[in-house]
Amino acid sequence: MPAGLASYIARRLIIVPFVLLIVSFVTFALGRYAPGDYVDIQAGPRANQETIDRIRHDRGLDDPVYEQYARYMSNVLQGDLGVSQNPRGVPVEDVLFPRLWVSVQINALALLFTWLIGIPLGTWAALKRGTWMDPFSIGLFLSFASVPVLVSVPLLEWIFIVKLQLLPTGGWSTDHVLGVKLGIFSLKAVLPVFVLTLSGVAGLARYMRSQVIEVLDQDFVRTARAKGLRGDVVVFRHVIRNAMLPIVTIFGFELAGLIGGSIFVESLLGIPGVGQLAFQAVTTRDYDTIMAIVLLGSTIFVLAMLAVDIAYGFIDPRIRSGGGLPT
Amino acid sequence: MSYVDVTAGMQIGEPIRPRARVWTRLRKRPVAMAAIVVIVIIYGAGIFAPIVAPYGFSEPDFANTHASPSWSHPLGTDALGRDLLSRAIWSAQTTVIISIAAVTTGGLLLGVTLGLIAGYLRGWADAIIMRTAELLGSVPTILLLLIITATLLRRVDSAAEDIEDLTGLDWITSSGAPSYFLIFGALSIFGWVGIARIVRSQVLSLRESQYVIAARASGASTRRIIFWHLLPNVSNLLIVALTLSLGGAAGAEVGLTFLGIGVQAPHPSFGAMIFEGAGLTQVRQHPMLILVPSVAVSSLILAFNLLGDQLTYVLSPRHR
Repeated sequence: MPAGLASYIARRLIIVPFVLLIVSFVTFALGRYAPGDYVDIQAGPRANQETIDRIRHDRGLDDPVYEQYARYMSNVLQGDLGVSQNPRGVPVEDVLFPRLWVSVQINALALLFTWLIGIPLGTWAALKRGTWMDPFSIGLFLSFASVPVLVSVPLLEWIFIVKLQLLPTGGWSTDHVLGVKLGIFSLKAVLPVFVLTLSGVAGLARYMRSQVIEVLDQDFVRTARAKGLRGDVVVFRHVIRNAMLPIVTIFGFELAGLIGGSIFVESLLGIPGVGQLAFQAVTTRDYDTIMAIVLLGSTIFVLAMLAVDIAYGFIDPRIRSGGGLPT
Repeated sequence: MSYVDVTAGMQIGEPIRPRARVWTRLRKRPVAMAAIVVIVIIYGAGIFAPIVAPYGFSEPDFANTHASPSWSHPLGTDALGRDLLSRAIWSAQTTVIISIAAVTTGGLLLGVTLGLIAGYLRGWADAIIMRTAELLGSVPTILLLLIITATLLRRVDSAAEDIEDLTGLDWITSSGAPSYFLIFGALSIFGWVGIARIVRSQVLSLRESQYVIAARASGASTRRIIFWHLLPNVSNLLIVALTLSLGGAAGAEVGLTFLGIGVQAPHPSFGAMIFEGAGLTQVRQHPMLILVPSVAVSSLILAFNLLGDQLTYVLSPRHR
C-alpha cells in the first residue's frame, strides 16, 4: 500500500458513521414531529382520545425523541426495520428487498449503458473540436440533459406506446430467467432503462469532453505526437487514460441522480421498485418505510462516494496528502 | 510569506474582462442570442402574465372542455375548459417567482457569502461550512425532499392558517404563499452548496494574490477585502453558475410538484400541468395537455444551459 494511503482511507472511513447518524436522526425526528402518526391514521376519526393515548403509550410513542431513536436504531442494527403500514403489518424488510432487486436491475443496466455511450461520445466530441460536429453534439447532449425525466417519460410513452405501438404499456415483468426473477430481458424494461440512460449520458459525455480537451493541451500529448506515435495510440494510451481519472468522481453523482430519477420513472411507469415505494410511502405517511428507504439510500450513496474517494486515492497520489478531491 | 512585492501591482489569477466586451462577444454568437430570446419570451410572459394572458389561470368553460386549438384558444383547453396558453403563461409566472427567489436567497445570499467567508477566513469557519456542505451533499437530495414533504408540508400550511387567524389576513393561504415559501425554501437549503464551493475555490487562490496582500498590508478591513476586492473577481464564475441554477430551479419545480411540494391548485405551474397531463390515457387522448408545458419548460431549461455554456466560453480568458 503506498505511503499515506492508509491514513487517507482511515480519514474517509471515520466520516461515514457520523454522516449516517446525523441523517438518520434528522429523518427520524422530522417523522416523529410530523402531524398525525400512524396511530391516528389507523384509529380513524371516531376513536376516543383515551384509547389513542393508551396505544401510543404501549408503543412508546410518548417517550422523548432521542429514546425512541435509540430504540429504533438498535432494532435496525439487529435487522428489524419496523412494520410497514401498506400492506399493513408486514415487516418493512419483506416489502423493501424484493423491490430493491427490481430497482438494482434497472439502475445497473442504465449505469452500464451510460458509461458505454457517454465516454466514447465525449471523447469523440473533444477530438472533433473546431468542426461543426463538436458544437452540434454538445448541443444535442444539452438538449437531452435539459428535458426533465417527468417530461421525457410521458413524451416517450406517447411516441413508442401510443403512436408507434412498439413497446408494451408500463409495469414490470416477473418472468424467471435461469431460475432468477429477472425483468430486464422483457420489452417492459426498455423505456425505464432508456430514460435513465439518456438523462445520464448527457452529463457524463459533457464532462468527458472537457477532460479530454484539458488533456489534449498537455505537453506529454504533444511529445507523444512529436515522437511519431500513431493518432489512435495517442488517444487510447495517453489521452483517454488520463482523462478518465477525474471521471471516476462523477460515479457517485450519477448514482444520486439515478436514485432521484428512479422515483419519477418508477412511479410514472408503474414499476414495483424502491422509487415507487418511496413515493407511495410518503403519500400514505408510512414512516417506518420512509425511514428504511432514506437509511438505505444514504448508506448506498455514502458508501459509493467512499469507494470513489478510495479508488481516487489509489490512482492519484496528490489526493492522499491533501485530503480532498480536486473540483 | 517571504516577500511582498506591492510595487509590481500585477494581479495573479484570471484577469477580468470589461463587461461591455463580453456583451459584444456574446452578440456575435447566434446560439447565445437564441437562448436569450427564449428566456426573454418566457420570463417576459411570466412577469407580464396579468397583461399578456388572454384568460385567467382558473377560468373554467364547461361547454368547451378539451377543445382543439382555435382562434379563441390558440393551444386548446384542458379538462375543465381552461385555456392552455393562459395556463402556460401563468405557470411561467410561478417559475419566475420561484427561481428568482430560490437563486437569490440560496445561490446569491447563502452561497456567495458562505463561499467568500470559507475561502477567505479559512480555519474553523471554513471547516464548519464545508463539512455542512459535505453532509448535505452526502444524502441524495431527493430523499430529504421526500421527508420534508411528508412531514413539514402540513406544518407550514397550519402555521399559515394560524397567522391568518392571528392577523386577520385571509389572503395568505388562498394566494398559495405557503407552498411558494416551501418550494423556494427547499431549493435554497440545497442550492447554496454548489455555488459556495465554486466561490470558495476561487477565493482560495485569489487571497494569495498580490493585490489582496497589498490591500491587507495597507490596512483594509476584512469586510472591505471580501466585498470590494474578492467579490468582483469571482463575479465571472458567478454569472455562469447563476445562469445554470436558474435553469436548474425551473426543472426542480417540476420534480417538487410531482412529489407534492408544489404550488397548490388552482394556481398553475409547469409541474402541475405536466402532472395533470402525464397519465397514459391522457397522453393517448389529449397529447396537447402534456406537450404544451413540456415544450415550454424544456426549452427554458435548455436556453439557460446553452447560455451558461456560451457565457463560460466568452468569459473564460483561455478562449480569448
